[in-house]
Amino acid sequence: MKARVAVAGLLLLLLTLASLGVGAASIDLRAADGWTLLVLMESRLPRTLAVLLTGAALAVAGVVIQSLVRNRFVGPDTAGTGESAALGLLAVTLLAPAAPIWVKMIAASLAAMAGTALFMAIVRRLPVREVMLVPIAGLILSGIIGSVVTWIAWQHDLLQFVATWLMSGEFSGVIAGRYELLWVAGLAALLAWSAADRFAILSLGDQVATGLGLSSRGVMRLGMVVVSVVSALVVTTVGMIPFVGLVVPNIVARIMGDNLRASIPVVAAGGAGLLLACDLIGRILRHPYEIPVGTILGIVGSLIFLWLLYRPAAHG
Amino acid sequence: MIRINGLSHHIGPAPILHDINLTLPRGKLVALIGPNGAGKSTLLRLIARLEPLQRGRVEIDGLDLASTPTERLALAMAVMGQQTQIASRLRVAELVGFGRWPHHQGRPRPADREAVENALEAFGLGPLRHRFLDEISGGQAQRAHLAMTFAQGTDWLLLDEPLNNLDMAHSRALMARLAELVRGSGRSVVTVVHEVNYAAAWADHIVAMKGGRIVAEGPADTVLTEQVLSDLYDTPIEVSRHDSRPLVLHHHWHDQLGAPYPKASDADRFPLH
Repeated sequence: MKARVAVAGLLLLLLTLASLGVGAASIDLRAADGWTLLVLMESRLPRTLAVLLTGAALAVAGVVIQSLVRNRFVGPDTAGTGESAALGLLAVTLLAPAAPIWVKMIAASLAAMAGTALFMAIVRRLPVREVMLVPIAGLILSGIIGSVVTWIAWQHDLLQFVATWLMSGEFSGVIAGRYELLWVAGLAALLAWSAADRFAILSLGDQVATGLGLSSRGVMRLGMVVVSVVSALVVTTVGMIPFVGLVVPNIVARIMGDNLRASIPVVAAGGAGLLLACDLIGRILRHPYEIPVGTILGIVGSLIFLWLLYRPAAHG
Repeated sequence: MIRINGLSHHIGPAPILHDINLTLPRGKLVALIGPNGAGKSTLLRLIARLEPLQRGRVEIDGLDLASTPTERLALAMAVMGQQTQIASRLRVAELVGFGRWPHHQGRPRPADREAVENALEAFGLGPLRHRFLDEISGGQAQRAHLAMTFAQGTDWLLLDEPLNNLDMAHSRALMARLAELVRGSGRSVVTVVHEVNYAAAWADHIVAMKGGRIVAEGPADTVLTEQVLSDLYDTPIEVSRHDSRPLVLHHHWHDQLGAPYPKASDADRFPLH
Protein backbone atom coordinates (compact mmCIF):
# COMPACT_ATOMS: atom_id res chain seq x y z
CA MET A 1 0.00 0.00 0.00
CA LYS A 2 2.75 2.44 0.96
CA ALA A 3 4.64 1.60 -2.22
CA ARG A 4 1.51 2.30 -4.26
CA VAL A 5 1.05 5.68 -2.58
CA ALA A 6 4.68 6.54 -3.32
CA VAL A 7 4.32 5.56 -6.98
CA ALA A 8 1.11 7.57 -7.34
CA GLY A 9 2.70 10.59 -5.67
CA LEU A 10 5.72 10.35 -7.94
CA LEU A 11 3.46 10.12 -10.99
CA LEU A 12 1.55 13.21 -9.93
CA LEU A 13 4.82 15.06 -9.38
CA LEU A 14 6.10 14.07 -12.83
CA LEU A 15 2.84 15.19 -14.43
CA THR A 16 3.12 18.50 -12.59
CA LEU A 17 6.69 19.03 -13.79
CA ALA A 18 5.69 18.09 -17.32
CA SER A 19 2.79 20.52 -17.14
CA LEU A 20 5.17 23.30 -16.12
CA GLY A 21 7.40 22.47 -19.07
CA VAL A 22 4.86 22.02 -21.86
CA GLY A 23 3.05 24.81 -23.66
CA ALA A 24 2.88 26.95 -26.77
CA ALA A 25 5.73 29.22 -25.70
CA SER A 26 9.07 27.48 -25.54
CA ILE A 27 11.01 28.05 -22.38
CA ASP A 28 14.13 26.57 -20.94
CA LEU A 29 13.57 25.66 -17.32
CA ARG A 30 17.32 25.58 -16.69
CA ALA A 31 17.83 29.12 -17.96
CA ALA A 32 15.66 30.76 -15.29
CA ASP A 33 15.78 34.11 -17.05
CA GLY A 34 13.11 36.80 -16.94
CA TRP A 35 11.15 35.36 -19.86
CA THR A 36 11.08 31.88 -18.36
CA LEU A 37 9.99 33.19 -14.99
CA LEU A 38 7.29 35.30 -16.60
CA VAL A 39 5.87 32.34 -18.52
CA LEU A 40 6.10 30.14 -15.46
CA MET A 41 4.57 32.50 -12.95
CA GLU A 42 1.93 34.07 -15.17
CA SER A 43 0.85 31.08 -17.23
CA ARG A 44 2.28 27.64 -16.57
CA LEU A 45 2.06 27.58 -12.78
CA PRO A 46 -1.45 29.11 -12.62
CA ARG A 47 -2.61 26.70 -15.28
CA THR A 48 -1.11 23.70 -13.55
CA LEU A 49 -2.57 24.72 -10.20
CA ALA A 50 -5.95 25.38 -11.82
CA VAL A 51 -5.97 21.90 -13.35
CA LEU A 52 -4.89 20.24 -10.11
CA LEU A 53 -7.46 22.12 -8.04
CA THR A 54 -10.26 21.48 -10.53
CA GLY A 55 -9.50 17.78 -10.86
CA ALA A 56 -9.23 17.26 -7.12
CA ALA A 57 -12.34 19.29 -6.26
CA LEU A 58 -14.49 17.71 -8.96
CA ALA A 59 -13.50 14.18 -7.96
CA VAL A 60 -14.27 14.89 -4.30
CA ALA A 61 -17.58 16.52 -5.28
CA GLY A 62 -18.27 13.26 -7.14
CA VAL A 63 -17.75 11.23 -3.98
CA VAL A 64 -20.03 13.57 -2.09
CA ILE A 65 -22.92 13.50 -4.54
CA GLN A 66 -22.59 9.74 -4.90
CA SER A 67 -22.97 9.29 -1.17
CA LEU A 68 -25.85 11.79 -0.98
CA VAL A 69 -27.91 9.88 -3.55
CA ARG A 70 -26.36 6.48 -2.78
CA ASN A 71 -25.68 5.80 -6.39
CA ARG A 72 -22.35 5.33 -8.08
CA PHE A 73 -23.45 6.35 -11.54
CA VAL A 74 -23.77 10.07 -10.95
CA GLY A 75 -21.26 12.86 -10.93
CA PRO A 76 -21.44 16.60 -10.29
CA ASP A 77 -21.61 17.01 -14.08
CA THR A 78 -24.62 14.73 -14.56
CA ALA A 79 -26.91 16.09 -11.85
CA GLY A 80 -27.93 19.38 -13.45
CA THR A 81 -25.57 21.21 -11.12
CA GLY A 82 -23.31 22.80 -13.71
CA GLU A 83 -26.20 23.88 -15.92
CA SER A 84 -27.96 25.41 -12.90
CA ALA A 85 -24.80 27.34 -12.07
CA ALA A 86 -24.72 28.62 -15.65
CA LEU A 87 -28.37 29.63 -15.31
CA GLY A 88 -27.61 31.60 -12.15
CA LEU A 89 -24.65 33.28 -13.77
CA LEU A 90 -26.71 34.12 -16.82
CA ALA A 91 -29.40 35.65 -14.61
CA VAL A 92 -26.86 37.89 -12.86
CA THR A 93 -25.30 38.84 -16.16
CA LEU A 94 -28.68 39.95 -17.48
CA LEU A 95 -30.09 41.53 -14.33
CA ALA A 96 -26.99 43.08 -12.78
CA PRO A 97 -24.23 43.09 -15.38
CA ALA A 98 -22.01 45.33 -13.27
CA ALA A 99 -22.07 43.07 -10.21
CA PRO A 100 -18.62 42.19 -8.84
CA ILE A 101 -17.27 38.73 -9.51
CA TRP A 102 -17.96 37.40 -6.00
CA VAL A 103 -21.63 38.32 -6.32
CA LYS A 104 -21.73 36.39 -9.59
CA MET A 105 -20.07 33.41 -7.94
CA ILE A 106 -22.54 33.43 -5.07
CA ALA A 107 -25.44 33.63 -7.51
CA ALA A 108 -23.99 30.74 -9.51
CA SER A 109 -23.46 28.68 -6.34
CA LEU A 110 -26.99 29.36 -5.08
CA ALA A 111 -28.47 28.41 -8.44
CA ALA A 112 -26.32 25.26 -8.47
CA MET A 113 -27.61 24.44 -5.00
CA ALA A 114 -31.21 24.86 -6.12
CA GLY A 115 -30.53 22.60 -9.12
CA THR A 116 -28.89 19.97 -6.95
CA ALA A 117 -31.77 20.15 -4.47
CA LEU A 118 -34.21 19.60 -7.33
CA PHE A 119 -32.16 16.61 -8.49
CA MET A 120 -32.17 15.13 -4.98
CA ALA A 121 -35.91 15.66 -4.66
CA ILE A 122 -36.45 13.80 -7.94
CA VAL A 123 -34.10 10.99 -6.96
CA ARG A 124 -35.83 10.54 -3.59
CA ARG A 125 -39.03 9.68 -5.44
CA LEU A 126 -37.42 7.05 -7.64
CA PRO A 127 -37.63 3.37 -6.71
CA VAL A 128 -34.45 2.43 -4.85
CA ARG A 129 -33.79 -0.74 -6.77
CA GLU A 130 -33.75 0.92 -10.18
CA VAL A 131 -30.12 1.99 -9.99
CA MET A 132 -29.96 3.31 -13.54
CA LEU A 133 -32.92 5.68 -13.19
CA VAL A 134 -30.83 8.04 -11.07
CA PRO A 135 -28.24 8.91 -13.73
CA ILE A 136 -30.99 9.05 -16.37
CA ALA A 137 -32.95 11.52 -14.24
CA GLY A 138 -29.75 13.55 -13.85
CA LEU A 139 -29.11 13.61 -17.58
CA ILE A 140 -32.70 14.66 -18.31
CA LEU A 141 -32.56 17.41 -15.70
CA SER A 142 -29.19 18.61 -17.03
CA GLY A 143 -30.63 18.62 -20.53
CA ILE A 144 -33.69 20.63 -19.56
CA ILE A 145 -31.82 23.26 -17.56
CA GLY A 146 -29.14 23.38 -20.25
CA SER A 147 -31.73 24.12 -22.92
CA VAL A 148 -33.33 26.81 -20.78
CA VAL A 149 -29.91 28.44 -20.47
CA THR A 150 -29.29 28.14 -24.20
CA TRP A 151 -32.72 29.55 -25.04
CA ILE A 152 -32.38 32.57 -22.77
CA ALA A 153 -28.86 33.18 -24.03
CA TRP A 154 -30.07 32.96 -27.62
CA GLN A 155 -32.83 35.49 -26.91
CA HIS A 156 -30.29 37.95 -25.56
CA ASP A 157 -27.54 37.23 -28.03
CA LEU A 158 -25.30 35.76 -25.32
CA LEU A 159 -24.77 32.32 -26.84
CA GLN A 160 -21.05 32.76 -27.29
CA PHE A 161 -20.71 33.85 -23.69
CA VAL A 162 -22.69 30.89 -22.38
CA ALA A 163 -20.86 28.45 -24.63
CA THR A 164 -17.68 28.94 -22.60
CA TRP A 165 -19.47 27.43 -19.59
CA LEU A 166 -21.55 24.72 -21.18
CA MET A 167 -19.19 23.46 -23.87
CA SER A 168 -16.28 21.28 -22.97
CA GLY A 169 -14.07 23.09 -20.54
CA GLU A 170 -10.46 23.96 -21.12
CA PHE A 171 -7.58 25.68 -19.38
CA SER A 172 -5.83 27.55 -22.18
CA GLY A 173 -7.27 30.84 -20.93
CA VAL A 174 -5.94 30.41 -17.41
CA ILE A 175 -3.38 32.99 -16.38
CA ALA A 176 -2.49 34.45 -12.98
CA GLY A 177 -5.43 36.46 -11.70
CA ARG A 178 -8.05 34.41 -13.53
CA TYR A 179 -8.16 31.15 -11.70
CA GLU A 180 -7.74 31.96 -8.01
CA LEU A 181 -11.40 31.32 -7.18
CA LEU A 182 -10.65 27.67 -7.77
CA TRP A 183 -8.85 27.69 -4.43
CA VAL A 184 -12.30 28.09 -2.90
CA ALA A 185 -13.36 24.92 -4.71
CA GLY A 186 -10.29 23.26 -3.22
CA LEU A 187 -11.33 24.47 0.24
CA ALA A 188 -14.82 23.06 -0.31
CA ALA A 189 -13.23 19.69 -1.09
CA LEU A 190 -11.20 19.96 2.10
CA LEU A 191 -14.40 20.70 4.01
CA ALA A 192 -15.92 17.53 2.54
CA TRP A 193 -12.93 15.56 3.75
CA SER A 194 -13.35 16.90 7.27
CA ALA A 195 -16.88 15.48 7.24
CA ALA A 196 -15.85 12.24 5.52
CA ASP A 197 -17.17 9.95 8.28
CA ARG A 198 -20.54 11.64 8.13
CA PHE A 199 -20.82 11.12 4.39
CA ALA A 200 -19.72 7.50 4.80
CA ILE A 201 -22.38 6.91 7.47
CA LEU A 202 -25.00 8.67 5.37
CA SER A 203 -24.35 6.29 2.51
CA LEU A 204 -25.03 3.34 4.82
CA GLY A 205 -28.72 4.28 4.62
CA ASP A 206 -31.18 6.35 6.65
CA GLN A 207 -31.77 3.55 9.10
CA VAL A 208 -28.14 3.08 10.07
CA ALA A 209 -27.46 6.81 10.05
CA THR A 210 -30.37 7.42 12.43
CA GLY A 211 -29.29 4.54 14.64
CA LEU A 212 -25.85 6.09 14.96
CA GLY A 213 -27.39 9.43 15.87
CA LEU A 214 -26.41 11.24 12.69
CA SER A 215 -28.92 13.84 11.60
CA SER A 216 -28.92 13.30 7.87
CA ARG A 217 -30.33 16.71 7.06
CA GLY A 218 -27.27 18.62 8.21
CA VAL A 219 -24.96 16.29 6.31
CA MET A 220 -27.12 16.54 3.19
CA ARG A 221 -26.97 20.32 3.36
CA LEU A 222 -23.22 20.33 3.79
CA GLY A 223 -22.85 17.94 0.86
CA MET A 224 -25.02 20.09 -1.35
CA VAL A 225 -22.99 23.17 -0.49
CA VAL A 226 -19.76 21.35 -1.40
CA VAL A 227 -21.08 19.98 -4.70
CA SER A 228 -22.68 23.27 -5.69
CA VAL A 229 -19.75 25.50 -4.83
CA VAL A 230 -17.29 23.23 -6.61
CA SER A 231 -19.48 22.96 -9.72
CA ALA A 232 -20.28 26.65 -9.85
CA LEU A 233 -16.67 27.72 -9.51
CA VAL A 234 -15.39 25.20 -12.03
CA VAL A 235 -18.09 25.93 -14.60
CA THR A 236 -17.60 29.67 -14.41
CA THR A 237 -13.81 29.58 -14.36
CA VAL A 238 -12.97 26.90 -16.93
CA GLY A 239 -16.28 25.42 -18.18
CA MET A 240 -17.82 21.96 -17.88
CA ILE A 241 -15.33 19.22 -17.13
CA PRO A 242 -17.00 15.85 -17.68
CA PHE A 243 -16.34 12.42 -16.18
CA VAL A 244 -13.73 13.29 -13.51
CA GLY A 245 -16.35 13.36 -10.75
CA LEU A 246 -17.91 10.18 -12.06
CA VAL A 247 -15.09 7.77 -12.82
CA VAL A 248 -12.43 8.67 -10.26
CA PRO A 249 -14.59 7.89 -7.18
CA ASN A 250 -15.65 4.63 -8.83
CA ILE A 251 -12.11 3.47 -9.52
CA VAL A 252 -10.95 4.38 -6.03
CA ALA A 253 -13.95 2.65 -4.41
CA ARG A 254 -13.11 -0.55 -6.30
CA ILE A 255 -9.58 -0.56 -5.04
CA MET A 256 -9.90 0.70 -1.48
CA GLY A 257 -13.62 0.78 -0.71
CA ASP A 258 -15.85 3.49 0.70
CA ASN A 259 -14.09 4.37 3.91
CA LEU A 260 -14.17 7.98 2.81
CA ARG A 261 -11.85 9.33 5.43
CA ALA A 262 -9.07 7.23 3.92
CA SER A 263 -10.21 7.40 0.33
CA ILE A 264 -10.99 11.08 -0.20
CA PRO A 265 -7.30 12.15 -0.37
CA VAL A 266 -6.73 9.37 -2.91
CA VAL A 267 -9.79 10.46 -4.87
CA ALA A 268 -8.52 14.05 -4.88
CA ALA A 269 -5.07 13.00 -6.08
CA GLY A 270 -6.63 10.71 -8.69
CA GLY A 271 -8.88 13.47 -10.02
CA ALA A 272 -5.98 15.91 -10.15
CA GLY A 273 -3.77 13.37 -11.92
CA LEU A 274 -6.39 12.31 -14.45
CA LEU A 275 -7.27 15.88 -15.38
CA LEU A 276 -3.66 16.94 -15.61
CA ALA A 277 -2.78 13.94 -17.79
CA CYS A 278 -5.70 14.74 -20.12
CA ASP A 279 -4.78 18.42 -20.21
CA LEU A 280 -1.21 17.49 -21.13
CA ILE A 281 -2.42 15.20 -23.89
CA GLY A 282 -4.53 18.09 -25.20
CA ARG A 283 -1.50 20.36 -25.18
CA ILE A 284 0.83 17.89 -26.86
CA LEU A 285 -1.29 16.26 -29.60
CA ARG A 286 -1.45 19.28 -31.95
CA HIS A 287 1.35 21.34 -30.48
CA PRO A 288 1.44 24.38 -30.51
CA TYR A 289 -2.37 24.29 -30.82
CA GLU A 290 -4.57 22.78 -28.12
CA ILE A 291 -7.43 20.35 -27.86
CA PRO A 292 -9.78 21.25 -24.95
CA VAL A 293 -9.28 18.97 -21.98
CA GLY A 294 -13.06 18.42 -21.90
CA THR A 295 -12.86 16.80 -25.33
CA ILE A 296 -9.98 14.55 -24.33
CA LEU A 297 -11.85 13.60 -21.15
CA GLY A 298 -14.97 12.90 -23.17
CA ILE A 299 -13.04 10.14 -24.91
CA VAL A 300 -10.88 8.87 -22.05
CA GLY A 301 -13.69 9.19 -19.48
CA SER A 302 -16.28 7.37 -21.57
CA LEU A 303 -13.85 4.52 -22.19
CA ILE A 304 -13.17 4.20 -18.46
CA PHE A 305 -16.89 4.42 -17.75
CA LEU A 306 -17.67 1.67 -20.25
CA TRP A 307 -15.05 -0.48 -18.61
CA LEU A 308 -16.65 0.19 -15.21
CA LEU A 309 -20.09 -0.73 -16.57
CA TYR A 310 -18.89 -4.00 -18.01
CA ARG A 311 -17.06 -4.98 -14.86
CA PRO A 312 -19.65 -4.09 -12.25
CA ALA A 313 -18.86 -4.26 -8.57
CA ALA A 314 -21.24 -6.36 -6.51
CA HIS A 315 -23.39 -3.31 -5.81
CA GLY A 316 -24.12 -0.40 -8.09
CA MET B 1 -37.17 1.14 31.13
CA ILE B 2 -39.08 2.01 28.01
CA ARG B 3 -42.48 3.55 28.62
CA ILE B 4 -44.96 3.77 25.78
CA ASN B 5 -48.12 5.78 26.25
CA GLY B 6 -51.06 6.14 23.88
CA LEU B 7 -49.04 5.22 20.82
CA SER B 8 -51.07 5.08 17.61
CA HIS B 9 -49.76 4.96 14.07
CA HIS B 10 -51.16 5.11 10.57
CA ILE B 11 -49.52 4.43 7.23
CA GLY B 12 -51.66 6.28 4.73
CA PRO B 13 -55.26 5.61 5.73
CA ALA B 14 -54.40 2.21 7.23
CA PRO B 15 -54.19 2.08 11.03
CA ILE B 16 -51.15 0.06 12.08
CA LEU B 17 -51.07 0.57 15.86
CA HIS B 18 -54.02 1.30 18.16
CA ASP B 19 -53.34 3.17 21.38
CA ILE B 20 -50.45 1.07 22.64
CA ASN B 21 -49.59 1.37 26.33
CA LEU B 22 -46.63 -0.72 27.29
CA THR B 23 -43.72 -0.78 29.69
CA LEU B 24 -40.63 -2.73 28.69
CA PRO B 25 -38.49 -3.74 31.64
CA ARG B 26 -34.76 -3.07 31.86
CA GLY B 27 -32.27 -5.92 32.02
CA LYS B 28 -34.43 -8.38 30.10
CA LEU B 29 -34.49 -10.00 26.72
CA VAL B 30 -37.86 -8.94 25.36
CA ALA B 31 -39.29 -10.61 22.25
CA LEU B 32 -42.08 -9.11 20.15
CA ILE B 33 -44.05 -11.87 18.45
CA GLY B 34 -47.17 -12.01 16.34
CA PRO B 35 -48.44 -12.76 12.84
CA ASN B 36 -47.49 -10.81 9.71
CA GLY B 37 -48.96 -7.33 9.81
CA ALA B 38 -49.40 -7.32 13.60
CA GLY B 39 -47.47 -4.05 13.87
CA LYS B 40 -44.47 -5.40 15.76
CA SER B 41 -41.87 -3.97 13.38
CA THR B 42 -43.69 -0.64 13.32
CA LEU B 43 -43.70 -0.56 17.11
CA LEU B 44 -39.99 -1.32 17.23
CA ARG B 45 -39.20 1.23 14.53
CA LEU B 46 -41.15 3.89 16.42
CA ILE B 47 -39.27 3.18 19.64
CA ALA B 48 -36.03 3.27 17.65
CA ARG B 49 -37.02 6.66 16.12
CA LEU B 50 -36.68 5.20 12.62
CA GLU B 51 -40.21 6.47 11.97
CA PRO B 52 -41.57 9.81 13.18
CA LEU B 53 -44.07 9.56 16.05
CA GLN B 54 -47.60 10.45 14.99
CA ARG B 55 -49.42 10.12 18.24
CA GLY B 56 -48.41 9.12 21.73
CA ARG B 57 -45.25 9.28 23.75
CA VAL B 58 -42.19 7.08 24.08
CA GLU B 59 -39.67 7.44 26.86
CA ILE B 60 -36.44 5.49 27.07
CA ASP B 61 -34.74 5.53 30.47
CA GLY B 62 -36.40 8.86 31.14
CA LEU B 63 -35.42 10.39 27.79
CA ASP B 64 -38.42 11.60 25.86
CA LEU B 65 -38.00 10.34 22.32
CA ALA B 66 -39.61 13.35 20.70
CA SER B 67 -37.47 15.97 22.42
CA THR B 68 -34.10 14.26 22.93
CA PRO B 69 -31.46 14.95 20.26
CA THR B 70 -30.84 11.92 18.06
CA GLU B 71 -27.11 11.86 18.89
CA ARG B 72 -27.96 11.59 22.59
CA LEU B 73 -30.37 8.74 21.88
CA ALA B 74 -27.59 6.95 19.99
CA LEU B 75 -25.78 6.62 23.32
CA ALA B 76 -28.87 5.06 24.91
CA MET B 77 -29.93 2.62 22.23
CA ALA B 78 -28.49 0.80 19.26
CA VAL B 79 -30.78 -0.19 16.45
CA MET B 80 -30.80 -2.73 13.70
CA GLY B 81 -33.61 -2.39 11.19
CA GLN B 82 -34.78 -4.97 8.71
CA GLN B 83 -33.11 -3.66 5.59
CA THR B 84 -29.58 -4.71 6.26
CA GLN B 85 -28.46 -4.57 2.67
CA ILE B 86 -25.69 -2.00 2.56
CA ALA B 87 -24.62 -0.61 -0.78
CA SER B 88 -21.40 0.85 0.59
CA ARG B 89 -18.17 -0.92 -0.11
CA LEU B 90 -16.81 -1.05 3.41
CA ARG B 91 -14.63 -3.62 5.06
CA VAL B 92 -16.25 -5.58 7.89
CA ALA B 93 -14.02 -4.00 10.54
CA GLU B 94 -14.75 -0.51 9.17
CA LEU B 95 -18.51 -1.07 9.41
CA VAL B 96 -18.24 -2.38 12.96
CA GLY B 97 -16.01 0.59 13.74
CA PHE B 98 -18.82 2.98 12.82
CA GLY B 99 -20.74 1.52 15.75
CA ARG B 100 -18.45 3.56 18.00
CA TRP B 101 -19.02 6.77 16.08
CA PRO B 102 -21.67 8.12 18.50
CA HIS B 103 -19.03 7.98 21.23
CA HIS B 104 -16.07 9.54 19.48
CA GLN B 105 -17.45 11.45 16.45
CA GLY B 106 -14.37 10.68 14.43
CA ARG B 107 -11.57 10.44 17.00
CA PRO B 108 -11.52 6.84 18.27
CA ARG B 109 -9.86 6.15 21.61
CA PRO B 110 -8.35 2.85 22.77
CA ALA B 111 -11.63 1.93 24.49
CA ASP B 112 -13.42 2.33 21.17
CA ARG B 113 -10.96 0.08 19.37
CA GLU B 114 -11.32 -2.50 22.11
CA ALA B 115 -15.11 -2.47 21.81
CA VAL B 116 -14.78 -3.05 18.06
CA GLU B 117 -12.41 -5.96 18.60
CA ASN B 118 -14.78 -7.50 21.14
CA ALA B 119 -17.74 -7.16 18.80
CA LEU B 120 -15.82 -8.74 15.92
CA GLU B 121 -14.81 -11.55 18.23
CA ALA B 122 -18.35 -12.04 19.57
CA PHE B 123 -19.68 -12.66 16.07
CA GLY B 124 -16.80 -14.75 14.80
CA LEU B 125 -15.89 -12.07 12.31
CA GLY B 126 -12.14 -12.12 12.95
CA PRO B 127 -11.31 -13.96 9.74
CA LEU B 128 -13.61 -11.68 7.73
CA ARG B 129 -12.46 -8.36 9.16
CA HIS B 130 -10.66 -7.17 6.02
CA ARG B 131 -13.27 -8.42 3.57
CA PHE B 132 -15.57 -6.01 1.74
CA LEU B 133 -19.26 -6.21 2.63
CA ASP B 134 -20.21 -6.71 -1.01
CA GLU B 135 -17.94 -9.72 -1.22
CA ILE B 136 -19.36 -11.78 1.64
CA SER B 137 -22.65 -13.64 2.01
CA GLY B 138 -25.92 -12.09 3.20
CA GLY B 139 -25.71 -13.87 6.54
CA GLN B 140 -22.12 -12.77 7.09
CA ALA B 141 -23.02 -9.17 6.26
CA GLN B 142 -25.90 -9.44 8.70
CA ARG B 143 -23.52 -10.58 11.42
CA ALA B 144 -21.24 -7.64 10.62
CA HIS B 145 -24.22 -5.35 10.97
CA LEU B 146 -25.17 -6.93 14.29
CA ALA B 147 -21.60 -6.58 15.49
CA MET B 148 -21.83 -2.87 14.69
CA THR B 149 -24.88 -2.47 16.94
CA PHE B 150 -23.10 -4.46 19.65
CA ALA B 151 -20.04 -2.26 19.38
CA GLN B 152 -22.25 0.76 20.01
CA GLY B 153 -22.31 -0.46 23.60
CA THR B 154 -25.66 1.04 24.57
CA ASP B 155 -27.91 -0.05 27.43
CA TRP B 156 -30.67 -0.84 24.97
CA LEU B 157 -30.48 -2.93 21.83
CA LEU B 158 -33.43 -2.84 19.45
CA LEU B 159 -33.43 -5.45 16.72
CA ASP B 160 -35.96 -5.99 13.97
CA GLU B 161 -35.94 -9.66 12.94
CA PRO B 162 -32.22 -10.15 13.43
CA LEU B 163 -32.45 -13.85 12.60
CA ASN B 164 -33.30 -13.23 8.93
CA ASN B 165 -30.56 -14.67 6.73
CA LEU B 166 -28.97 -16.56 9.60
CA ASP B 167 -28.63 -20.33 9.60
CA MET B 168 -29.58 -22.43 12.64
CA ALA B 169 -26.17 -22.34 14.27
CA HIS B 170 -25.79 -18.60 13.85
CA SER B 171 -29.38 -17.97 14.99
CA ARG B 172 -28.76 -19.90 18.17
CA ALA B 173 -25.42 -18.18 18.63
CA LEU B 174 -27.01 -14.77 18.24
CA MET B 175 -29.79 -15.48 20.73
CA ALA B 176 -27.17 -16.81 23.13
CA ARG B 177 -25.10 -13.62 22.70
CA LEU B 178 -28.18 -11.53 23.41
CA ALA B 179 -28.94 -13.59 26.51
CA GLU B 180 -25.34 -13.21 27.70
CA LEU B 181 -25.53 -9.50 27.17
CA VAL B 182 -28.67 -9.34 29.27
CA ARG B 183 -27.62 -11.71 32.06
CA GLY B 184 -23.91 -10.90 32.09
CA SER B 185 -23.85 -7.15 31.73
CA GLY B 186 -27.39 -6.18 32.64
CA ARG B 187 -28.20 -4.69 29.28
CA SER B 188 -31.67 -4.71 27.74
CA VAL B 189 -32.69 -6.17 24.42
CA VAL B 190 -35.93 -5.77 22.51
CA THR B 191 -36.19 -7.89 19.41
CA VAL B 192 -38.84 -8.77 16.88
CA VAL B 193 -38.71 -12.53 16.45
CA HIS B 194 -40.46 -14.27 13.64
CA GLU B 195 -39.82 -17.82 14.70
CA VAL B 196 -41.65 -18.25 18.00
CA ASN B 197 -39.36 -20.97 19.27
CA TYR B 198 -36.41 -18.61 19.48
CA ALA B 199 -38.56 -16.44 21.73
CA ALA B 200 -39.62 -19.54 23.65
CA ALA B 201 -36.06 -20.62 24.21
CA TRP B 202 -34.41 -17.31 25.03
CA ALA B 203 -36.81 -14.49 25.87
CA ASP B 204 -37.37 -13.35 29.47
CA HIS B 205 -40.42 -11.38 28.53
CA ILE B 206 -42.71 -11.82 25.54
CA VAL B 207 -45.06 -9.29 24.01
CA ALA B 208 -47.61 -10.83 21.65
CA MET B 209 -49.22 -8.50 19.12
CA LYS B 210 -52.03 -8.84 16.65
CA GLY B 211 -53.86 -6.30 14.50
CA GLY B 212 -51.97 -3.37 16.00
CA ARG B 213 -52.80 -4.28 19.58
CA ILE B 214 -51.03 -6.07 22.38
CA VAL B 215 -52.89 -9.28 23.14
CA ALA B 216 -50.64 -10.85 25.76
CA GLU B 217 -47.52 -10.03 27.65
CA GLY B 218 -45.37 -11.77 30.25
CA PRO B 219 -42.84 -14.57 30.71
CA ALA B 220 -42.67 -17.33 28.10
CA ASP B 221 -44.66 -19.79 30.22
CA THR B 222 -47.68 -17.52 30.48
CA VAL B 223 -47.72 -16.18 26.93
CA LEU B 224 -46.73 -19.23 24.93
CA THR B 225 -49.79 -21.32 25.64
CA GLU B 226 -51.84 -23.25 23.11
CA GLN B 227 -54.80 -20.94 23.63
CA VAL B 228 -52.90 -17.68 23.16
CA LEU B 229 -50.83 -18.90 20.23
CA SER B 230 -53.72 -20.52 18.36
CA ASP B 231 -55.67 -17.28 18.63
CA LEU B 232 -52.63 -15.23 17.77
CA TYR B 233 -51.78 -17.07 14.57
CA ASP B 234 -55.30 -18.27 13.62
CA THR B 235 -54.07 -21.81 13.33
CA PRO B 236 -54.12 -24.64 15.85
CA ILE B 237 -50.86 -24.78 17.71
CA GLU B 238 -49.53 -27.31 20.15
CA VAL B 239 -47.10 -26.47 22.90
CA SER B 240 -44.75 -29.10 24.25
CA ARG B 241 -41.68 -28.68 26.43
CA HIS B 242 -38.02 -28.94 25.62
CA ASP B 243 -35.02 -28.04 27.80
CA SER B 244 -37.56 -26.88 30.42
CA ARG B 245 -38.90 -24.22 28.07
CA PRO B 246 -42.04 -24.22 25.91
CA LEU B 247 -41.62 -25.77 22.46
CA VAL B 248 -44.17 -24.60 19.93
CA LEU B 249 -45.36 -27.02 17.24
CA HIS B 250 -47.94 -26.94 14.57
CA HIS B 251 -49.41 -29.71 12.49
CA HIS B 252 -48.99 -30.06 8.77
CA TRP B 253 -52.53 -31.29 7.98
CA HIS B 254 -51.62 -33.08 4.78
CA ASP B 255 -55.12 -34.50 4.64
CA GLN B 256 -56.53 -30.98 4.41
CA LEU B 257 -54.70 -30.08 1.18
CA GLY B 258 -57.04 -28.43 -1.29
CA ALA B 259 -59.24 -27.00 1.47
CA PRO B 260 -59.70 -23.21 1.51
CA TYR B 261 -56.96 -21.11 3.12
CA PRO B 262 -57.72 -21.25 6.86
CA LYS B 263 -59.47 -18.36 8.54
CA ALA B 264 -59.73 -17.68 12.24
CA SER B 265 -63.28 -18.98 12.36
CA ASP B 266 -62.15 -22.30 10.91
CA ALA B 267 -60.15 -23.18 13.99
CA ASP B 268 -62.80 -25.71 15.03
CA ARG B 269 -62.11 -27.77 11.92
CA PHE B 270 -58.66 -28.62 13.17
CA PRO B 271 -58.79 -30.69 16.33
CA LEU B 272 -55.76 -30.09 18.48
CA HIS B 273 -55.00 -33.62 19.53
